Formats: sequence, C-alpha cells, structure tokens
Amino acid sequence: MSASAVHSLWTTAAEPIGKIDAPHIEYGQLAPVLIIVGAAVLGILLEAFVPRRARYHAQLFLTVVALVASFAAVVGLATSGYATTEAGIVAMGAIAVDGPTLFLQGTILLIGLVSVFTFAERRLDPEAHGNRVDSFAAQGAAVPGSEGEQAAVKAGFTTTEVFPLVLFAIAGMLVFPAANDLLTLFIALEVFSLPLYLLCALARRKRLMSQEAAVKYFLLGAFSSAFLLFGVALLYGYAGTVNYAGIAEVVDGTIQDIDPVLAQTMGNDVLLLIGAAMILMGLLFKVGAVPFHMWTPDVYQGAPTPVTGFMAAATKVAAFGALLRLLYVVLPGLRWDWRPVMWGVAIITMLLGAIVAITQTDIKRLLAYSSIAHAGFILAGVIATSPDGISSVLFYLGAYSFVTIGAFAVVTLVRDAGGEATHLSKWAGLGRRSPMVAAVFAVFLLAFAGIPLTSGFAGKFAVFKAAAEGGAGALVIIGVISSAIAAFFYIRVIVLMFFSEPKPEGPTVAVASPLTMTAIAVGVAVTVVLGVAPQYFLDLAGQASVFAR
Amino acid sequence: MENLIALLVAAPLLGAAVLLCGGRRLDRVGHVIGTALAFASFGIAVGLFVDMLGRSTEDRSLHQHLFSWIPVGGFQADIAFQLDQLSMTFVLLITGVGSLIHVYSMGYMEHDERRRRFFAYLNLFLAAMLILVIADNYLLLYVGWEGVGLASYLLIGFWQHKPSAATAAKKAFLVNRVGDIGLSIAIMLMFTTFGTFAFGGVLEATGETGEGKLTAIGLMLLLAACGKSAQVPLQSWLGDAMEGPTPVSALIHAATMVTAGVYLIVRSGTIFNAAPDAQLAVVIVGAVTLLFGAIVGCAKDDIKKALAGSTMSQIGYMIMAAGLGPIGYAFAIMHLVTHGFFKAGLFLGAGSVMHGMNDEVDMRKYGGLRKYMPVTFVTFGLGYLAIIGFPGLSGFWSKDKIIEAAFAYDDGIRGWIFGGVALLGAGITAFYMTRVMIMTFFGEKRWQPDAAGNEPHPHESPKSMTIPMIVLAFGSVFAGGLFSLNEAFVKWLEPVTEFHHPHPVISVPAITASTVVVLLLGAGLAYLQYGRRPVPVTPPKGSLLTRAARRDLLQDDFNHVVLVRGGEHLTRSLVYVDHSLVDGVVNGTAAGFGGLSGRLRRLQNGFARSYAVSMFGGTAILIAATLLMRAV
Repeated sequence: MSASAVHSLWTTAAEPIGKIDAPHIEYGQLAPVLIIVGAAVLGILLEAFVPRRARYHAQLFLTVVALVASFAAVVGLATSGYATTEAGIVAMGAIAVDGPTLFLQGTILLIGLVSVFTFAERRLDPEAHGNRVDSFAAQGAAVPGSEGEQAAVKAGFTTTEVFPLVLFAIAGMLVFPAANDLLTLFIALEVFSLPLYLLCALARRKRLMSQEAAVKYFLLGAFSSAFLLFGVALLYGYAGTVNYAGIAEVVDGTIQDIDPVLAQTMGNDVLLLIGAAMILMGLLFKVGAVPFHMWTPDVYQGAPTPVTGFMAAATKVAAFGALLRLLYVVLPGLRWDWRPVMWGVAIITMLLGAIVAITQTDIKRLLAYSSIAHAGFILAGVIATSPDGISSVLFYLGAYSFVTIGAFAVVTLVRDAGGEATHLSKWAGLGRRSPMVAAVFAVFLLAFAGIPLTSGFAGKFAVFKAAAEGGAGALVIIGVISSAIAAFFYIRVIVLMFFSEPKPEGPTVAVASPLTMTAIAVGVAVTVVLGVAPQYFLDLAGQASVFAR
Repeated sequence: MENLIALLVAAPLLGAAVLLCGGRRLDRVGHVIGTALAFASFGIAVGLFVDMLGRSTEDRSLHQHLFSWIPVGGFQADIAFQLDQLSMTFVLLITGVGSLIHVYSMGYMEHDERRRRFFAYLNLFLAAMLILVIADNYLLLYVGWEGVGLASYLLIGFWQHKPSAATAAKKAFLVNRVGDIGLSIAIMLMFTTFGTFAFGGVLEATGETGEGKLTAIGLMLLLAACGKSAQVPLQSWLGDAMEGPTPVSALIHAATMVTAGVYLIVRSGTIFNAAPDAQLAVVIVGAVTLLFGAIVGCAKDDIKKALAGSTMSQIGYMIMAAGLGPIGYAFAIMHLVTHGFFKAGLFLGAGSVMHGMNDEVDMRKYGGLRKYMPVTFVTFGLGYLAIIGFPGLSGFWSKDKIIEAAFAYDDGIRGWIFGGVALLGAGITAFYMTRVMIMTFFGEKRWQPDAAGNEPHPHESPKSMTIPMIVLAFGSVFAGGLFSLNEAFVKWLEPVTEFHHPHPVISVPAITASTVVVLLLGAGLAYLQYGRRPVPVTPPKGSLLTRAARRDLLQDDFNHVVLVRGGEHLTRSLVYVDHSLVDGVVNGTAAGFGGLSGRLRRLQNGFARSYAVSMFGGTAILIAATLLMRAV
C-alpha cells in the first residue's frame, strides 16, 4: 500500500459527517438474530435486578420464550419464501438470508431449545444444603476448593448467567452461517466462541478439569482466530473487499473496475491461496477436523456435560454452515485447488477419529472422537460441490445434532457418588439395571454407527451418495471403512451395557426432571423419524440448498 | 368375463385363510367349507370354459391385470392373469380333480382330528396351483411355484408325528429347492436378456436373442421342471412323498403339481424351439426318467410307491413329448390330462384299499380283494387298463401319440432310440401295473393279524370315496377318445402351443401294432410271474437289478455319497478356512487398528502447547498443499 493510499484513507475520515448515509437494515429478515440478542441483553439485566431466588425461573422463561419466538420467526421467513424466491443479501451486504441460512438457523434454535432444557435440569445432583442445584458451579469466580466456594455452595448460589451466555452463543451461531462478508464471519465467530469458553469453565464437579478445558479451548481458539483473521486480511489484500460476492468476482476474474489503491496486490493468487487456506483452517478448527481437532477430547471431557452436548451439536452446525457458504459462494472458482486439500483433511479426519476412539475408556472422550469422525463424514458431503452435497450436509447436521444432544443427556443421567460416571467400565451391565436408559443410549449409538432405520444411516447415505456422484468414489470407500471401524466401538458400548455383568458398586441412573426427559425423547424421536421416513426432511434440505449471492 | 379369472384363485385362497385363521370353532364344518370353495372355483372354471368355447379362436386368450406388484424403474412386475386354452385346460383339471379329491378326503380324513387344517392346506394348494397356471408372467408363476411347494411340504408332512413323514417332507422341500434355484436363475436371465418376464414379452423377444442365452435359460427351466416333476436327477423325493395322506398323493403327487414342470416347458415352448440343445436335453431327461420310474415301479411292494414310480415314468413321457417341440406339445398336455384322470383314480383306489386294510400298504399282504371291494376293483381296473394303454381307453390315445412323436424325432438314429425307449417303457408299464393289479385284487388272501392281533376286515369304502373314483374312472375310459375325436384336443391347443404333424421313421399303424404287442408281452410276463404262481409274503432276495430297484436304483445312496458326504467335506473345509484365514484376517485387522489406536492416542498428551504446534504444523501443510495444487 503506497503512502498516498494511506493518506487517502486518513482523509476520508476528515470529510463532513453529514455525508455518511444511515445503513439500511431489514429488521424483519434479521428478526431471528435480533430476538436472541435482545433476550440475551435482557437476561443480563435480569441477572442484575431480579432477586436471586427468582432468577432461575425468570431466566429459563425468558430463554425459552426467546428461542421459541426466534424459531417462529425463522419458520415465518421460510414460509414467506425467504428460503427460495425471496432469498437475498441484507444489512448492507453483511448477512445472507437464504435457504441454508434459514435451515441452519432453525436447526440451531431447536438444538438451543433442547440444550436449554438440559442446562436447566436441577434434579440430578443431590440437593446442596437444601437447595436444588444444576450442573454449573455455584460461583464461577470462586477458586476451586476455597472457602469462598464453600460459602457460595452453602448459600445455595447457582450460576444463572449460563442462560444469557448460551443466548449470546446462539446469536453468534445464527449469524455465523449467514455471514456474507469476512468481517461479519469473524465477529460472529467471536460472539459465539467467547460465551462457550466461559460455559466450559463452569462445571459444578471436577472444577479444575473444567477450568483446564476452558483455558485450553480459549488458548487454541484464540490461536485459530488469529489465523482466520490473518486470512481475512490476506483475502482483502487480494480482492480489495471482504464481501463474499466481491471476492468471488475477483476469483472468477469477472470484476470490471479495479481499485487503483489496491491494484498492486489485487489478483495475486498467492495471497488468495494462503488467505483461503488460513480461513479454512479457522473453520476446520471449529468443526474439529484433523489436525485441528486436538482441543475436542479435552474440552468435551472437561466441560459440563450439558454444555458439551450443546457445543458438539450447535458449533458443528454453525461452523459447517459457514464452511459451506465460504466454499460454495466465495471459492467455487478455486475448487480445483481446495478440493484435493479437503479430500486429504476429510480422509485423515474420518480415519483418525474412528481409530483413536477404539481405545478410549471415557464415554465423553469416546463421543468426542466420534464427533471428529463425523466431521470427516460431513466433509465428504461438503466436498461434493453439488446441490446434493449441500442438502446432504444440511440433513446430516440436523440428524447428527439431535443424536448428540440426546447421547450427552443420557450421560448426565448415569451417576455415582462423584457425579457423572463417565468411565466406560462403570457402564458395564447398565442394560440389566436400567433397561430403558440403556436401550435409548443404544439407539443413539446405532444412529452414530449409521445403522439403517436410524437418522444416522439416512444422513450417511445422503453424504456418501452426494460425494460418490461428485466423483469422490475413493473418499466414499474410505468413509465406509471408517464407518466400519467406528461401528466397532459403538457396538462395543452396547455389548458392554447389555452383555456384561453389572458391577456391585456400579453407578445408578438418576431420575431426571421432565426437562432432560424431553431432551432425550426429542433425540429419540428425531433419530427414529429421520431414520424411518427421511424423505420429507431430505426434500426440505433439498429445497433449502441454494445460496444467495 | 376376464374379471372372473381372479375369483378362480380367490375362492380357495379365502378357504385357506378362513380355515387357518378360524381356529377350532370351524373344526366341525371346515371340510364342508373347503370342499364348497373348491367346487366354487370349479364352477367358475366351467363358466369361463363355456364362455371361451363361445368365442372365436383368436379371442380366446383372456387377460386380467389386477395391480402393479413391484414397479421399480425398468423393473415392472404385475399381478396379472392370462387365461388361454393351455391355462384353461389346467384350470379345469386342477379344479375338477381337486374338487373330487376334496370330496374323497371328506371320507378318507373323517376320523383325523386335524381335518380342518388338512382342508385348509388343500385349498391353499389349489390357490397356488391356479396362480401357477394362470400367471401372465414368470415372476408370478414363481409365486405359484413356491406356493405349491409349500403346500406339498405341509401335506407330505401332515402326519408329522411320524418321523418318516417329517423327513419325507423335508426331503421333498430340499430337493425342490434345487429346482427352484433353476427357475429363479432362469427368471433373472430372462430379465437381463429380454428386460421383462411377462410371457408375451419374453416369447416375442426370443427371435432376436442369441442361441447361447436361450440354451442357458432353457437348461435352467429344465432344472426347475426336474425338481417339481421328479425327473432324473432330482427324482428322489417323490417316492418318499407317499408318506402323505393318499388324497394328497393323488392330487398333488400324481395329477397336478408334479406336472407343473411339463406346463413350464410347454409354456416356454418358444424358447425351447429356438434352443435345440436345451430341447435335446429335455428329451433325454424324459427318456431316462420314463425308464427309471418304470423299473423302480416293477420292484416296489408298497402299492403307493409302485404307483409313484409309475407317476415318475408317465411324467417322463410328458417331458419327453414336451422336448420334441411342436410335434409333441399337444400330446404332452393331452397325456397329462388323461394321466390326471387315471392316476388320480388309481391313487384313490389304492387309498380305498388301504382304508379297508388297516392302512396296510404292502401288496404282498393283499390278495383276492376283488371280492371284498367290487367298486374299487372295477374303478381301479379301468384305471389300470387306461394307464397301460389298452386300445380304446384314455391312455392308449395319448401315449400312442407320444410314441409316434418320439419315433418322429428325426430321420436318423435318434428317432429310433427315443421311439424305442418310449415303446419299451410302454411294455414295462404293462408289466408293473399288471403286477400291482394281480397282487392286490387276484390270487389268495395273504393278510394276517398284525402284532396287536387285529385282523383286517376288508370292506368297500363309503360313498364319499367311491363316487369320486367312479367319476375319475369315466374320465379314464372316455377322455382320451373324446380328445382324439377329429383331433379336437390338438386343435384346441394349437393357437397356444403350435402343432406340426409328426412323421415317424416307421409307419403309424406299425407303431400302434407294436405298442399293443409290447403291452401284451409285458402284461403276459407279469401274469406268468405273479398270476400263475403264489406270491410269497416275504419278498424273495431277487436279482441284483431287483434289489437295486427296490432301493430306487440306489439314488439315495448316490445322493448320500456324492452330495451329503461331499457337502460335509465342503462345509468342513470352509469352516477351517473361515477359522484360520478369514478370522485371522479379521482379527488381525482389528488388532492392527487397536495397536494403531493405542499409538495415535499418545499424540493427545494434554499439553496445550503441543496442540498449538500441531495446529500450526497443520496450517502450514494446508497452505503448502494448496499452493502445491496450484503449482502442479
């Protein structure tokens, strides 16, 4: 950038203020996001002004109402044609409201709603000094094991801040797949990441582990954000704009007038390739693809289980949404460059996730590696670069996320004196002691493994079909092999639950409130319905598979 | 009228469903319901027949499309029926003889406590057999084919408390399975070759298809026919199938089901016409079986097994005729119908004898029964005269034509061989049938009290049993003559099966004369051996051939040594390979992945710094790979 260009940048700020036009904002089409953000802000105010006793119910009510209202807004937009004919770019080019956006926003909101139910569960842990408690620390700021913590527990504190936090996270996730320029993308990423870092640190039991997980997640997340931001800068240097459509035009070489200020760097493919790779890396980190996956097992294990469920489901949906939009809107002209690289990432992600999961002994870590393998399967659909690829990924995300939330919700039920009993050896013979819970968990495991008549099969079939039709036959073969490896450890848990002798001091299955039960029931229902009659939802995803440019 | 076709099947199917689902409440009336529905089906058949006679020859083929069964892209399977002259013939035979045997069973099974179930199975059989012969495509035919197999299995093993009956049922089922594989492969081949398995489509398309494929399809169809019609080499089940109640033997294992193979070959005539090699194989199978069955029939002392050998042999005639092509199709079917009458009559007669003799089946313990059972004696005797081809009776008209057609196979040595075999078979038929006749109804009484001291009191059977026998005897006597009047039967079938006049290597009167001579010779020999001398109650040791024939010409021994032992060795070696090789590979793979997993998980060491390094390295590789892709 030349000195004169820098000068001109300085001087624009000096021009009269009256020349700045008020931005045009389409409030209606942004309503889902605005409702959530508004409710989150309101939640902070509740935290400040509502008496401690009433906070839990007030927050829960507000959160559920906000999520339902926002979901209604999404459905309203979709039925008004904003997913298809009316799809377009809003908020001065910052946000795209189209089929994938609305499909993913709807999915995220439902995930959020079900997750909030598990967040609000207060019957699993024994009462502390006459107060019902949830999975979260009495006081997040108290040092673990300190007198301050004891006092907070004795006083019956609960961290009701988790509700506004989760709303902020959801707001970021709603924007993430809708972001239509790189800066919005980055801001959305941070908006949903920061609350998640906090939530990870808030486990009531095993607090040190929880805090360690949060710190790791934060450090590595910040590290990956830096890469992403650097990638944004490089792409701006390449294209002279952060707008998706604008970058795509430069990539395709269809742009008419080149900004003289950026003429030297514009169209430099090295900038483009490095920048694109770095942004991809930032997104692959969020979906937990190898080799950016290492935070996943540690964080999944350390975070409070309801948070793990929410994170595992919703983050994946949001991040894959953003990845799809980036690859299909910004970089389709570059697909001959990114496809082979993504091939490699998908293959090692599937294989490594499946193989390392074999030797896991902790159920939460096992599910973490399983989520890595699933990220690989979804990547196979992403690589297809076809409308079928998009719709199959959308379907897979919907199917997978409800199985995940359900599975983690079951994990919260199996407890012993030290809280959740996550070591696999303690799950031995669970099927004898609690046949219903074990059977439900078995359904989820079968869905993870992709056994027919579960949503997992329909999803896997859809992405593999799309990938095979997109010319990625080898990828599909490796995917199927990985599925076979993965089936081993899923089935092993089933065998453990049903065909092993229960241990004498094994864990008990806690009786949960209707909240968690609802979450599990929704998980089972979605798993079975999407497995037995997937066509309606496949069609829905198919209709929602066109990106607005 | 075509809308009535489905009712043919619906009536007995309804009967089976009602009787099976109705439970014990229907125990007292079950047999009436079953018989009534069989007659209903027969009534519909007669109505359709009269209607068909009223039409001109071109309009006689009726068609009813019920619904699309399996519509998947280019794979169209329909539930659709076709009633042409060939099917009509079968429908009349099946429902007619079937109804008579229902009536007979009312008497025969009177004291059986599972009578309702028996009639349910009989109805089920009728429904399946009707589907088989009126299906308009091979896939639906296959449904009927399997259906009759099931009914046959259930009825052979009807007295399942007897281990021999249970074993026989299983044996029939397994042997039939081999044939069924042939049919399923044939259907698959048809679909890949012609893209359809509707009769119309397949038979039209044969003209444009290579002979090799048609030969393959033909041989597979022949395999199917061998299984269902008890032809060599899949004949071993029929003798044991006589463990079933005698009405079953008469209906399923003599008159109808076992002739399904003949129907299949005649129905697929166009394919065989275009595949001479397959046709030759059919003729050879028929010729071998007709001798095989006849020889076995000569040695059996069990009256039903002797008749079973005879059935095998007579179906051998039909298969042989069907293999002769257009000169034989009509006669194959004609013999099939006349055989349906006289063989069903003979079996019912045998059942009547057993009924009066405390279920004794050994002919050496009969003798002189003509005085005790006059009706049975007369009807059985007429059936006997018909089957040996006594001039003027049914068997004479149909069998003589087959022998003529066999002599007309070609002008050379083959015509002589096949004609000679057919002629020889006629002689042996006369021998073994005369033997059965003499041992049962003539000579001294040879029965003795059984172990419990009950001496049989031979008596005539009730009316419900004798009336069907009398009706069938009429058929045995007159059917052949009626069919041959003015070549009525041949002309009736000609639009479906095509007909060429045979031109035998020797003149027709000479053939007829030698047939009569041969049968007199056979009957005379039997009279010399069994009529002139007393029949020993304990069988003599007999020659090597006799002993082999008593053991069904060692077919079971052959199957045991070659198939059962061979199969055992094969499974054992497969199990060994499975344990050592397959399991080795599988377990090795699992162990390999387990080890790999153990090593890879060490990368996850818990240090954020290591994770960051791996992310950094990963990004570097990502960038390098992206740039590299552009460079290459």
